Amino acid sequence: MKHLYDKYRFLFLRRLTQISLLLLYIAGNYLGWTLLMGNLSSSSILGIIPLSDPYAVLQMFAAGAALSANLLIGAAIIVLFYFVIGGRAFCSWVCPVNMITDAANYLRRTFDFDKIQKKQPASRHIRYWIIGLSLIISVAFGVAAFEFISPVSMVHRGIIFGLGFGWAAMLVIFLFDLFVLKNGWCGHICPIGGFYSLVGRFSLLRVHHNEAHCTLCMKCKVVCPESQVLHMIGKKSIPVLSGECTNCGRCVEVCDDDALEFSIRKFIEASSSQPLKENIS
Amino acid sequence: MSNRLPDKERKMRKQPVSDRRAFLLSAARAIGLAAMGGLVWSAYVDEVRASELLLRPPGALKEEEFLRTCIKCGMCVEACPYDTLLLAKPGDQKPLGTPYFVPRDIPCYMCTDIPCVPVCPSGALDIESVSTDNELDINIADMGLAVIDHESCIAFWGIQCDACYRACPLLDVAITVEYEKNARTGKHAFLKPVVHADACTGCGLCEHACVTEKAAIFVLPREVAMGKAGTHYIKGWDKKDERRLEGASSKTTTTEISKKSAVDSLNDSGDLY
Repeated sequence: MKHLYDKYRFLFLRRLTQISLLLLYIAGNYLGWTLLMGNLSSSSILGIIPLSDPYAVLQMFAAGAALSANLLIGAAIIVLFYFVIGGRAFCSWVCPVNMITDAANYLRRTFDFDKIQKKQPASRHIRYWIIGLSLIISVAFGVAAFEFISPVSMVHRGIIFGLGFGWAAMLVIFLFDLFVLKNGWCGHICPIGGFYSLVGRFSLLRVHHNEAHCTLCMKCKVVCPESQVLHMIGKKSIPVLSGECTNCGRCVEVCDDDALEFSIRKFIEASSSQPLKENIS
Repeated sequence: MSNRLPDKERKMRKQPVSDRRAFLLSAARAIGLAAMGGLVWSAYVDEVRASELLLRPPGALKEEEFLRTCIKCGMCVEACPYDTLLLAKPGDQKPLGTPYFVPRDIPCYMCTDIPCVPVCPSGALDIESVSTDNELDINIADMGLAVIDHESCIAFWGIQCDACYRACPLLDVAITVEYEKNARTGKHAFLKPVVHADACTGCGLCEHACVTEKAAIFVLPREVAMGKAGTHYIKGWDKKDERRLEGASSKTTTTEISKKSAVDSLNDSGDLY
């Protein structure tokens, strides 16, 4: 039991957060609870505090919509929140699609797909291109372009308001991640993840690596959905600084050697320890 | 011959791909992918924007503006006590995630406190447009316009039915009944329902109440249901209508014939034969 807790504590907490947020939204629709109303595009806590998807608001701005104060405040709250706790915490702690892609990823690992398909044919920068493209199309057609095709909102809305053919979006993402591209949707394509990568660039909550403890087992890299952010494993004792880290904590819990841990970003240490180390070597 | 092959092979192996070529190629590839994706994406977005047979909640901005402003949060849908409002889901063939209603199934019951409008965070449902003197007033809402199909409405056949008239929340204002002699029988009257466009809110209670198999009275978005006379035709006897001329500009077009005076063009028929 202790072992299970140690190895899956963040995963458990993440699923708990994801599912309870979904349940609160569902209760908001069907039971009239006011704790959390709306959906991930825009919601309201107790009818007082507004929350809005800043990427959606950005597209609306590009489309030339008159932005209400409510939306702007809501987007500002979300941006500030993720600016502090790590932008892509949204991806691994809130987004319902994460459960689908994690399942696909788990199966990939279980059936050793990763060993057969070693080469990843796509760049992780696609998501930033899609952000740019979505803004251009928003300007050209006067509507928030990604919001009309977003499988993330489709799935989330579907769970709360009725799915329709939304299950097809879920299935396509699952199969794509399982057979076509490892971490395909969340790690390559989804512009929401790209947007939060940019927001969380300077966030305070980070995974820190302690090289002295590392035994180079590489369990963290195997389990990490954005393994490029763990480039320092076994090399340097620095925090994971890339905004693409989703703060999911999987690396921390799979590590048997206490070489990874969550902590508040150590600004001074991180910046001063690097030249120090170089001097020694 | 024996020298050539290794030579060729050596060429292929040793000549490194220049950085510039690699860069240009990958840039071209990215642009190609972006163009392809952008095209499909734009085509879809354009299609979505073109759907117009859709009834929106009360207070909704004009369709184009509405699509731009609605953030698709569904709070209006949650606020509706009658489950009238729906969020478009994949398969509904409506702009995804936007609210709409189908009055034949569940019409808008025109709540006086209009719960769906104030909850809208984006202003896509505009409180101003459903308020008079800063107080919510559902009677000025404009969700659409009821239209009657005279062919299938049984009141127009001479059968007595006033289901829509009775169902209308603006009784005797938005729908009135006109009496007319039934010449076929010579002794009965037609009791024909008439919709008044200036008062109709498009709530759809009439469509819901209609007794025919497929409703003979139904709500359409106002832009779809109505024509437009333009500024060439003005009710000169109506002060309000004359105001439409404000800001109108006159433009004279010149065609081949109208270059000459009217009389000349009529007398000179040489070109016609």
